[in-house]
Amino acid sequence: MSLLLRILRQPTEVRRLSPTEWDLLIRQTRHANLLGRLYHRLKAAGVEADMPARPRNHLLSGAVMADRQHHSIRHEALFLRDGLARAGLPLILLKGAAYVMAGLPAAQGRLFADVDILVPRARLADAESALMLTGWTSSTLDAYDQRYYRQWMHELPAMQHMFRGTALDVHHTILPPTSRLKPDAALLIEDSIEVPGLPGVRTLSLADLILHSAAHLFHEGEPDNLLRDLTDLDLLLRRLAENDSQWDALLARAIRLQLDGPLRLALRYTHRLLLTPVPARILDTLGCLKGGQPILDAMYERVLRPQHPSTRDWLTPAARKLLYVRAHWLRMPPHLLAYHLAHKAIFPPKTRSITGPTEAVNANKAA
Amino acid sequence: MIVRDLSPATFRERLAGKGIRLAAGPFNCRLQSGVSEIADELAILYAHHPLIDDSEFVDFHVAIEPGRGLRRWLKPQAHFVVDAVEPFTPLPRPQALPMMEWGLNWCITAYSQHILVIHAASVAKGNRAAILPAPPGSGKSTLCAALVNRGWRLLSDELTLINLQTGDVMGLARPVNLKNASIDIIRAYAPDAFLTRPVHDTTKGTVAMMAPPEASVRAVNTPARPAWMVLPRYRAGSEATLTPMGNGTALMQIADNAMNYHILGTRGFEAVGRMVDECRSYSFEYSRLDDAIAIFDRLAAEGTP
Repeated sequence: MSLLLRILRQPTEVRRLSPTEWDLLIRQTRHANLLGRLYHRLKAAGVEADMPARPRNHLLSGAVMADRQHHSIRHEALFLRDGLARAGLPLILLKGAAYVMAGLPAAQGRLFADVDILVPRARLADAESALMLTGWTSSTLDAYDQRYYRQWMHELPAMQHMFRGTALDVHHTILPPTSRLKPDAALLIEDSIEVPGLPGVRTLSLADLILHSAAHLFHEGEPDNLLRDLTDLDLLLRRLAENDSQWDALLARAIRLQLDGPLRLALRYTHRLLLTPVPARILDTLGCLKGGQPILDAMYERVLRPQHPSTRDWLTPAARKLLYVRAHWLRMPPHLLAYHLAHKAIFPPKTRSITGPTEAVNANKAA
Repeated sequence: MIVRDLSPATFRERLAGKGIRLAAGPFNCRLQSGVSEIADELAILYAHHPLIDDSEFVDFHVAIEPGRGLRRWLKPQAHFVVDAVEPFTPLPRPQALPMMEWGLNWCITAYSQHILVIHAASVAKGNRAAILPAPPGSGKSTLCAALVNRGWRLLSDELTLINLQTGDVMGLARPVNLKNASIDIIRAYAPDAFLTRPVHDTTKGTVAMMAPPEASVRAVNTPARPAWMVLPRYRAGSEATLTPMGNGTALMQIADNAMNYHILGTRGFEAVGRMVDECRSYSFEYSRLDDAIAIFDRLAAEGTP
């Protein structure tokens, strides 16, 4: 088990870490984008005084960075609300931005690259033009990519604000329409909750935030934030667990949204890896702890490690590849997948579209 | 033990292997390089820095790596890697040494939100620091290099670090980056200082690094108190003139040059405000280094602001 996972499970173990173990812990945590979250976790566990100064500086830096992003998000939410109001639409926030605005513990130390929002599919064009009128522009993509997004994906091509630089993903549902599971976005919108004191700013309900997080984690093929996402789920589920009756409601909701599969995996791995307290009846009903999926376990056991060289073994490359294939398999029917992959093979993307802290920049900008 | 205590052969071997572990002010760094030709100059630039034990925590694990495959021979490149992450596009291999320095600056800027990091040079006399924030081309590094060769202590050439709790300027004492004409100016002005061979055709033009003075490296862990904020500007043929600057303008100058002012929020504002309160602020125009040094020495002689 990776050092980071050990500490997330048992934070008081940091008391026994040597300087070289702290070194490794910080490196793994940075690669998992969890510095800020670990800082809050250690603080909550009462071991802040046991952090030596150097590693503490790195953890604190992560927490400060996250605080700064949360500050921007609170600001951005109001701009977005006013922009969408021009089209008569409420702002419905998803993922990280929702955790921040709803004041959930899952916001703790959470970094994010973009704001994710949900609009009804029928109003997508209105939302897009209202956003464009308030300064959001679509990233430049070739015609194929435009069609890929608009015809087959659950979101518009990423938008960016031309002055503030914030990145925005406009979703009309939470999984691609071509995927096997088809959660009804109308149900998500119907159950969304207004943020107290902020009329027009809404988030998904706690149960739906959990289900979206699970669907995202277990249907996407990009492993670098998977452990971060798993800790999101852990924090969301611990909040849900404060009221035992909410577990049964979560289960019913999952079935209604066709997301009981992702929920089963979410509970299986949060419970196994992060010791998330889940009632036995829920684990049983969903069959969360059943064996019989050795390949899936071997894959998730690897991609849910911090993606740092120290956690790699000979099967890691295969696990990452398998995750990618599985994500695409779940995302599209075979004929579409074949067509899409063939197109990407014949016309490989000219530029990498990865953004975030590891984005390639010119060395001289930093000097 | 300091870097100079290692034989050149040991230094080269460690640099290519498990890395040179040294302390640069508040940061422990492990430097590795698969580009062997930078070893000798790197060893001199960091000659007086203390080596740290293998059992200590390292803040930045950085490496310069040659390209892979054909790239090793065809237009060879240097890659900067910090713990398996490559934050920059590669540069031509002859720029490997400056790239190591730029990369370390990037690490400090990207990973340090527990301190205020200002794009500024800082030098000290006694326990009082002069902070020189300035845009590129203002002659900041030239002035800084001249001052530290005339009795001022080098705190930092590129990034000034402010402790948020105490308001102190923390020492870094890493090499000074000189560009274009200033390379020959400093060679003539301080013939005893070690300068690396110039590296041509970087995006900043020709660059060379000057080794920090031994005394500055030895005193690196002694913080200094901000006393003067001087915004320098080199103008050919001008007389050295110091013009007092209002506190508001000074605050904006520091805030504009602080790399993480916007990230620190209120704490950043308070830190910059405290600095401005404690400093006498000036804009400074100069052309001859001797005149400039004389003015700085006069400031230092004036007593506590």
